[in-house]
Amino acid sequence: MTEEIIIAGFGGQGVLSMGKILAYSGVMEDKEVLWMPSYGPEQRGGTANVTVIVSDERISSPIISKFDTAIVLNQQSLDKFEKSVKPGGMLIYDPNGITHEPTRRDINIYKIPATEKATEKGIAKVFNMIVLGGFLKLKPIVGSEFIHKGLEKSLPARHHALIPQNEEAIELGKTLIEPVFTL
Amino acid sequence: MAKELKLMKGNEAIARAMIASGTDGYFGYPITPQSEVMETLMAERPWDPKGENYTGMVVLQAESELASINMVYGGAATGKKVATSSSSPGISLMAEGLTYLAGAEIPCVIMNAMRGGPGLGTIQPAQSDYFQSTKGGGHGDYQLYVLAPSSVQEMYDFVFDAWDIAFKYRNPVLILTDGAIGQCMEKCYTRDNVPRWTEEERRANAPWGTWGKPATRGHNIITSLELESSRQEVFNQKLQAKYAEMKEKEVRYEALNCDDADYVFVAYGTSARICMKSMELARAKGLKVGLLRPITLYPFPTKQVAELATRVKGMLCVEMSAGQMIEDVKLAADCKIPIEHYGRFGGIIPTPEEVLEAMENKIIK
Repeated sequence: MTEEIIIAGFGGQGVLSMGKILAYSGVMEDKEVLWMPSYGPEQRGGTANVTVIVSDERISSPIISKFDTAIVLNQQSLDKFEKSVKPGGMLIYDPNGITHEPTRRDINIYKIPATEKATEKGIAKVFNMIVLGGFLKLKPIVGSEFIHKGLEKSLPARHHALIPQNEEAIELGKTLIEPVFTL
Repeated sequence: MAKELKLMKGNEAIARAMIASGTDGYFGYPITPQSEVMETLMAERPWDPKGENYTGMVVLQAESELASINMVYGGAATGKKVATSSSSPGISLMAEGLTYLAGAEIPCVIMNAMRGGPGLGTIQPAQSDYFQSTKGGGHGDYQLYVLAPSSVQEMYDFVFDAWDIAFKYRNPVLILTDGAIGQCMEKCYTRDNVPRWTEEERRANAPWGTWGKPATRGHNIITSLELESSRQEVFNQKLQAKYAEMKEKEVRYEALNCDDADYVFVAYGTSARICMKSMELARAKGLKVGLLRPITLYPFPTKQVAELATRVKGMLCVEMSAGQMIEDVKLAADCKIPIEHYGRFGGIIPTPEEVLEAMENKIIK
C-alpha cells in the first residue's frame, strides 16, 4: 500500500498540522511516511500545501506531481490540484467559498462541509480534524487507535486535554463526507 | 542503539544528532533553509544542566559566517568536536576558513543546505555547490570528505559517521544537503546520547591538539603556514596520501536495481530520491533502469561507475544544477558509454516524470 496525498488550503486552516497528524499516525502503525511542505517565501494569508505519503515500503521521491488523493480547502487549491489527481484517484473539497465545482469525470469526487459545520458548532479550531475524518472514512489507511497515538505524539503535552475534542471532530467528519461524483 | 522513533525534519535531525554524538560546540549564523538546525539546538538547551538534554555542549550564534568558521577553527584546534552549518552563500563566506581547517588538519563537521545560486540566489533547494564542495571552494590542493544524505535518517546517522571520519583522518567533513531533505519530515531512529569526551579521552583522541603542553613532549602547533617550500611540499604529499587512503577505504554508495540494468541514473541527495521514483515508473513500463547513488561525493565512487560502464548501455546524471557531478561520472566511465546530464536549477526541483522522460529521450531513445 502506498497512498500519495496533497493537502492544500489557506495558511491558518491547519493544513500542515493535519498532514503531520496523519503522518505521525502512520509512524505509530509502523508505516513509512513522508511529510513535505510547500516551501518558499510564504506570507500570512497565502496558500499552504503539504504532500503526505504513507506506505508499507521505502518511500522514493519527496517531490511528486500526481496524487492518489487531493484534499483541497479553497478555490485556489481546487484549481491548482484537481488536475494533479491520478485517474481513478480521489478529490475531497470543502464547498465553502467554492464558485467553480470540480469538473473531472475520471476521478472520484467528494465534498465535506467542514467550514460550515465547524462554524455552526463553534469548533473552528478542529476544522482540519473534521476534514481528516472525512478522508479516513473513505480511505482508512491508518487505524483509529493509531490516530489517537498520532495526536498524542504531534500535539504538545499541554494540549493533550484537547485530544478527545479532536477525535470527536474526526468522527463528525466521517458522517459529513458525501459523494459528488463516483466512478 | 535505537533510542526512539520520531518524526522529524532533516534539519532537526542534524541538530539532534549533534547533541547525541557528543559534539562539544556549535557555532553558527542563521540562514534559510537550515535555520532549524540552530533553532532546535537552542530549544534543546544542551548547555543547561537543568535541561533534559544536557550534555554540556556549547551553542552560540556568532555575528557572521566568518566568525562562525573561525570559532570552529579555534575550538576544534584543541581537539574538541566542533561543528557549524550554513547554506550556499554562507558557505562561500566560510571558504577561507575551510581551506585553513584542511591545511591545519583540523577535524570538524560542516553542513551545507544548498540553495539556488549564484550570488544570494533563492532559498529553494539546489545542488549547484558540488564543485565548491568537492573541487575546492577555498584555495590550495585540499579535499573535504563530503557526505550526501538522501533521507532524514541519513541526516541523523551521517553526523555520527562524520565525527568518526573527521578524527580518523584529521580532516574537515562536509555534510552536503539541501532544503528538500532539510524541510521534509520522515521517520528517524534516534540514539542514546554519547557522552562528550572527557579531558583524558580528548587528549588521547587528539594528541596533536593545543590542549596544553605536558613536559613529556614539545609544543603542538596548529597552523597552515609553512614558508619553507620543501617542507610545504612534503606536507602536501602527506595530505595527498591521506586523500588517497580515503579513496581506497572510505567510498560509500548505494546501487539500486543495477544488477540487471540496461540504463542507470546517477544521482545523489534529493535528486536520487526523485530518480528512485523515476526508476519505479520505468520498471513499470518494462525498462530495465537502475540507480547508482553516490553517498560520498568525495571520495567519489569512481570504481563503481567504471564497473557499471562496462555493462550498461548509458547513464543519465540527474542533478539540480547545470551539470557538475557529471564530470566525475564521465571521467570514471572513460567515454565507454553515452552519458548525459539532466538538471533543473535556480531552486526548481524536477518531477520524477520529467526525469524519466529525459532518460528516454537522451539515453534510451
